[in-house]
Amino acid sequence: MITVFRCLLWREMTLALRRKSEILTTMLFFVIVVSLFPLGIGPEIDTLREIAPGVLWVAALLASMLSLNRLFSDDYIDGTLEQLIISSQPLALLVFGKILAHWILTGLPLVLLSPVLGMQLGMDADSIVILMLTLLIGTPVLSLIGAVGAGLTLGVRGGGVLLSLLILPLYIPVLIFGSGAVESAQAGLGVEGHFSLLGAFLFASLVLAPLGAAASLRISLD
Amino acid sequence: MLESVDLTCVRGDRTLFSALNFTLQPGELLHLKGHNGSGKTSLLRILSGLMMQAEGEVRWKGENIRKLRDEFQKNLLYIGHLPGIKADLTALENLRVNNAMGGNSISEHVAWNALGEIGLKGREDLPARVLSQGQQRRVALARMLVSNAKLWILDEPFTALDVKAVAMLQNVLEAHVKQDGMIILTTHQDFSVTNIAVRELQLGLRENNA
Repeated sequence: MITVFRCLLWREMTLALRRKSEILTTMLFFVIVVSLFPLGIGPEIDTLREIAPGVLWVAALLASMLSLNRLFSDDYIDGTLEQLIISSQPLALLVFGKILAHWILTGLPLVLLSPVLGMQLGMDADSIVILMLTLLIGTPVLSLIGAVGAGLTLGVRGGGVLLSLLILPLYIPVLIFGSGAVESAQAGLGVEGHFSLLGAFLFASLVLAPLGAAASLRISLD
Repeated sequence: MLESVDLTCVRGDRTLFSALNFTLQPGELLHLKGHNGSGKTSLLRILSGLMMQAEGEVRWKGENIRKLRDEFQKNLLYIGHLPGIKADLTALENLRVNNAMGGNSISEHVAWNALGEIGLKGREDLPARVLSQGQQRRVALARMLVSNAKLWILDEPFTALDVKAVAMLQNVLEAHVKQDGMIILTTHQDFSVTNIAVRELQLGLRENNA
């Protein structure tokens, strides 16, 4: 079981590293979207600091969605998804492996990039730490929930747009509590409440999303 | 061993086949025949557990495969229309990854030999994207050489292969059946295996007569 899981992770990583454009697209998208705000709103640093948590979170959310519709579609087209489904290992575990790889390749870079962009919008060091922590807990939730949507829209024409419509409403709670935590930190208020809820989202989706995604894949391939 | 009990397959509002019964014992090869759209691929997908049948059940050693799951999947090698090959991995990596996913990890040495045997000598380290259609097919079929699965379900295995490869593949099929393996395959090509019994199953007969 462990061998299969490791092998799948290795495969996903190798494939992504041989085709770097996908990871770079996500990261560049994140950087560009955030950089557009000072240009559109003006260089008033107080305003920028105030909107920074929301801007960074919305940008992270859109960036992680960008690569979602390819999560299963490549495997679907070349037939490796069929082989995953008839593998003797539990499909939910394999799906979890794919989601984990997706997060490491698209979510984690966003977490690592966020301090630079936070500084660009005039955030102070303490709130940047909080921002990174919320992204660290929040982006896996985005990948997990997104995987269910990606499974459901597999093989549907125009699935990319449908996926956004399906998934974005589900991202709202994560967005509210993620950016809310950073705003509280900026205002000097406590952040424990926000973090407990983000943690709860993470654990709930860790348990439920792989099962949901596995079921949706079976339906899509039937 | 493998039993199809009253299988019915419905696609859209068309019934492809209904109340299909057959049993496959170790050491038998079943050649599935039928015109295009008669439900050959659907039947193979149902038998391998990829698709749900409308009615009936598939049994392995007397038990429903939906309940057995692992026990059945471990004994199954399914090679469908799609080769299941990643374009950005090399032939060797593809073979090893595919095997590991099927729960049968093989060493690099074994994989290397299998690829050589199937006629890909010198191309083991090339990314699959530069291989031809037939060569990609061979990478997929190389799994048969290293498989320890009892039941092989092959959907059009001879597609895109040259004469030499077809002959080689026939030998591999023969050897598997002789070792008490089971094979179900579809093909529109003629193939000849000697020394083993080939059973035939015709799908879509009713429509043909009409």
